[in-house]
Amino acid sequence: MIALQKRPTPSRTLSLATPLIAVLITMIMGGLLFTVLGKNPFEAIRTIFWDPVFGEFAFYYRPQLLVKAAPLVLIAIGLSLGFKAGIWNIGAEGQYIIGAICGAGVGLAFYPTESRLIFPLMILAGAVGGWAWAMIPAILKTRFGTNEILVSLMLVYVAEQLLASMSLGLLRNPEGMGFPGSRNFSDFPAGSSWINEAAGLHWGMAFAFIAVIFAYILLNRHILGFNIRLTGDSPHAARFAGVNPTRLILFCLGTSGALAGLAGLFEVTGPSGQINIDFASGYGFTAIIVAFLGRLHPVGILLAALLMALTYVGGDLAQGNLGLPSAAIQVFQGMLLFFLLALDLLTNYRVVLKKKGAA
Amino acid sequence: MDLSAINPVLLIASLMVAATPLLLAAIGELIVERSGVLNLGVEGMMIIGAIAGFAISVETTSPMLGLLAAMGAGAVLSLLFAFLTQFALANQVASGLALTLFGLGLSALMGQSYVGVKPPAMAKLDLPILSDIPVLGPIFFSHDPVLYFGIALTAAVWWFLKKSRAGLILRAVGESHDAAHALGYNVIRVRILAIMFGGACAGLGGAYISLIRVPQWTEGMTAGIGWIALALVVFASWKPWRVLLGAYLFGGINVLQLNLQAAGIAIPVEYLAMSPYLITILVLVIMSADKSGAPASLGRTFHASQ
Repeated sequence: MIALQKRPTPSRTLSLATPLIAVLITMIMGGLLFTVLGKNPFEAIRTIFWDPVFGEFAFYYRPQLLVKAAPLVLIAIGLSLGFKAGIWNIGAEGQYIIGAICGAGVGLAFYPTESRLIFPLMILAGAVGGWAWAMIPAILKTRFGTNEILVSLMLVYVAEQLLASMSLGLLRNPEGMGFPGSRNFSDFPAGSSWINEAAGLHWGMAFAFIAVIFAYILLNRHILGFNIRLTGDSPHAARFAGVNPTRLILFCLGTSGALAGLAGLFEVTGPSGQINIDFASGYGFTAIIVAFLGRLHPVGILLAALLMALTYVGGDLAQGNLGLPSAAIQVFQGMLLFFLLALDLLTNYRVVLKKKGAA
Repeated sequence: MDLSAINPVLLIASLMVAATPLLLAAIGELIVERSGVLNLGVEGMMIIGAIAGFAISVETTSPMLGLLAAMGAGAVLSLLFAFLTQFALANQVASGLALTLFGLGLSALMGQSYVGVKPPAMAKLDLPILSDIPVLGPIFFSHDPVLYFGIALTAAVWWFLKKSRAGLILRAVGESHDAAHALGYNVIRVRILAIMFGGACAGLGGAYISLIRVPQWTEGMTAGIGWIALALVVFASWKPWRVLLGAYLFGGINVLQLNLQAAGIAIPVEYLAMSPYLITILVLVIMSADKSGAPASLGRTFHASQ
């Protein structure tokens, strides 16, 4: 008989190893999926995971990896704080959209003024926009005890409608000949997030690194980080230790909202270029996978975001070269989260063989 | 604007159609939550049901087989969640999210060759005299069979929870899995069966959208209905008849805003389209003051060693 025995403390080795094992199993299962779709699995896996980094055109794809990873890192770092404390913000996609709308709106209000002050102001507006959007579930939860999962998710759909309304109305390019979408930020240097477009560097990457460092210090060296971890591990103990749950909820949701808003701002003023109906790209949801794959640890999230960026860039490549449907990559990412959650069992429990009847 | 273009009889009839997918998914999730499990994967199971039902009924030209396939697909997908949460003891919130993300991706992959295809039509109830009664006929006697099935299912679930011994065991497991375990009930088995029932209902609800309500296949076509179904269970305080009431309320709001869009009211389309989600939030806020109806073990992991 196989039985499970709870470990006194989660295994550290396995906690680090399970993400790697999960990636390996996902590659194997993904290979099977690609075979079913009539593609050569080895070629597909190589195209997705090898070619963007080491292939012939890697010089073009490597900067792309950073472009895709930056928003994922920013959003996932914020989410991980809440997830650690058992506060589930799953509406980061909405906060990302609102951050982009607010930041871009402030920038476009100054068009075509050229000033060094405009971009910092836009950054502030993006962060405040995301923060405010996340404050809605936060305040409803602390004030009325409303479930933050459902509220934050409902607000994603609201934000998508707002985005459509903005790109067709208020923020529409007056010189756009009636097409939906705002002015393009590539025509507005003061409001552009690119540091060096040719090298694929934008300010979002700098902010992502800063976020990783701050989150690391917060979680390991600061009392607030300790309270977050304590609340997640044992809410009762946290209560006795004098942790104020209301402030923790406001902090975790607010921070993740602000970071998601920043991600949206850097995306709209750089890689994406304009507010448009199709701006929302699902980063807010993929970041949930990134947060878990990175073990809710800042450095882990950085690595996980790079891997996830690889599946995006490699997926595009495989779509172009092999005709692999883009949805296959979505399935691939979903599978990864499945295997990761299943393997977590080994971290928390020991699998032991028992003689029958000896229970 | 021309409000007189809105026909109240047609409004009520289409309200019932709009409410049915919501009702089916929510009544399934109600059983899951009454057994103490929170499955956030409703949206994923619905969209898988939507494409599975669509694909099978296009291939076999039988809507009935499509609906059955959708139920099967929803149940199979829910087994993944059951495995993760009941055997691998994974966090239910994370597992449910995984199910939704995976389901959305898989449905997009499966549905590629079905975009723009027209499914076979489902026959509507047509009773010789009853369906021709002026106002009552279109409202009560001329819908598709699934709509009536949804109402019957609500009654059945009410009877099951309130009157049957199996329902009592299910509620016991949901209120206190430790006590139910001590009494000798198989907590894991009860929960897996409940999860599969929830999956089948969500799958059927999804197929109702793609086969009857819309009827066509587009990527991500469930558009948050699975999440609204989750909110509906909270709204209903975990009681079947209130789920029916809530579903009709939400169906009504949705149909009304679509009618207002068509009538050309002065409010922009986008703001009308966001109203169902805003009203869901409002309802959640009002209902969240009273949590007495929630099963006591909701969302907690059970392992016999603890």
